[in-house]
Amino acid sequence: MITLVDYHAGNLASVRKAFEYLGCEVQVTEDPEAVRGSRHIVVPGVGHFGATLQLEKSGLRQAVCDALDREALFLGICVGMQWMFQGSTEAPGIPGLSLFPAMIEKFPSEVKSPHVGWNQIEINGETRLLRGVTDRAFVYYTHSYRAPIVSGTVATTSYGAEFSGVVERDNVFGVQFHPEKSGPAGLAMLKNFAELA
Amino acid sequence: MLTKRIIACLDCDAGRVVKGVKFVNIRDAGDPAELAALHAANGADEIVLLDITATHEKRKTLVETVRRTARQLFVPFTVGGGIRSLDDASAIFDAGADKITINSAAVSDPSLITCIAERFGSQAVIVAIDARRAVSAQSESLSTVIPSEDRANHPRSESRDPAFAAEVYVSGGRKPSGRNVLDWAREAESRGAGEFMLTSMDRDGTRAGFDCELTAAVSGVVSIPVIASGGAGSPDHFVDVFREGRADAALAASIFHFGLESIGELKQHLQRAGVPMRWPV
Repeated sequence: MITLVDYHAGNLASVRKAFEYLGCEVQVTEDPEAVRGSRHIVVPGVGHFGATLQLEKSGLRQAVCDALDREALFLGICVGMQWMFQGSTEAPGIPGLSLFPAMIEKFPSEVKSPHVGWNQIEINGETRLLRGVTDRAFVYYTHSYRAPIVSGTVATTSYGAEFSGVVERDNVFGVQFHPEKSGPAGLAMLKNFAELA
Repeated sequence: MLTKRIIACLDCDAGRVVKGVKFVNIRDAGDPAELAALHAANGADEIVLLDITATHEKRKTLVETVRRTARQLFVPFTVGGGIRSLDDASAIFDAGADKITINSAAVSDPSLITCIAERFGSQAVIVAIDARRAVSAQSESLSTVIPSEDRANHPRSESRDPAFAAEVYVSGGRKPSGRNVLDWAREAESRGAGEFMLTSMDRDGTRAGFDCELTAAVSGVVSIPVIASGGAGSPDHFVDVFREGRADAALAASIFHFGLESIGELKQHLQRAGVPMRWPV
């Protein structure tokens, strides 16, 4: 069972149907209790980092932290991945989960922002999420803020400079791109996540 | 490297694709779900479904068509045509679309852009602009902001001309709005648009090539991506619109009509010309 956390930031239909296509059962919930007891937790998200304030207000943040304490599997997508960091200059003062010690920042002004379209990931670490995914696979991005390279970075993408495309440590995984929109490579990642015991 | 996108567009009337495309390995060439999946498998970077159904009654099928098409589609999926409110957009997103396009409704009420962007994110809101270079009678003032002799002195800077004379048309390209294309693009971006789908009414259906000058002019005044549309007739037209037109993506409805067997061949042609492409997929 995949638990898709609904905090009213954007459209969950695409992530949901991708997991369903892979044969997974999916529950979409905004109930902290349901999240607290889940094994596979997915936090998607689009738009503004400020939207993650709703996770704090609704008690979902605490529920996610409790689940992580008992080693639940966690996947953050796009803003959901950014939320795994300390915070973002897009919404200073709203704390992230601090699973990775860095701040999310805007792209440098030399490149056109937002970064929209298909770009490649360079895989450069041991990774369970990307098992079977070929190096330099194309994935679909749409974002204006990005995570710097950290010790948990397992794949990078270059746009202006290198940034974190995929982060991974123990049971937590984050992808800046949209695996549900990234063709077979993206589906492979979601399948890998769903199959982690 | 960020690649340029090739977008396949399906024009649908009452749930059926209407621009005829000949395929050999497809059961039903009029079924949007089947065609979308085929285009994606062949290398389309995105799928756009435009509902051109004339009557309101028949439009009820759209949500079901979107749901059926989205179910097995795992590249970005955009739906447009007749979306006039947040409720219309919500129904399309719930059915599985990733982005919507709005056109006439945004021109008559620009706050609709902000309203949908706040709920679903800017990345989900494409503002479609139907542009015509010939300026209509009621908006002649658009072309007289800068005296013509000044323009003659700077012929090469025409794309940066604040009064670049192209006008926004609405109602399926039938009605001039009196708005300058560049002014509208700037406003729509500031109101939360995530991308533009820019159709040259002058070139649409001609196969004479994209309007590169128009595309470059819009691309030059906004920072969000510009999808060029209208006029594709040969692979070199795509090369031109990415190079000279500075387009981020190019859209074609009848991409298989110019003698290429697949989007893959078009992408290989572009790759050989030095345009970054997602290929092989």
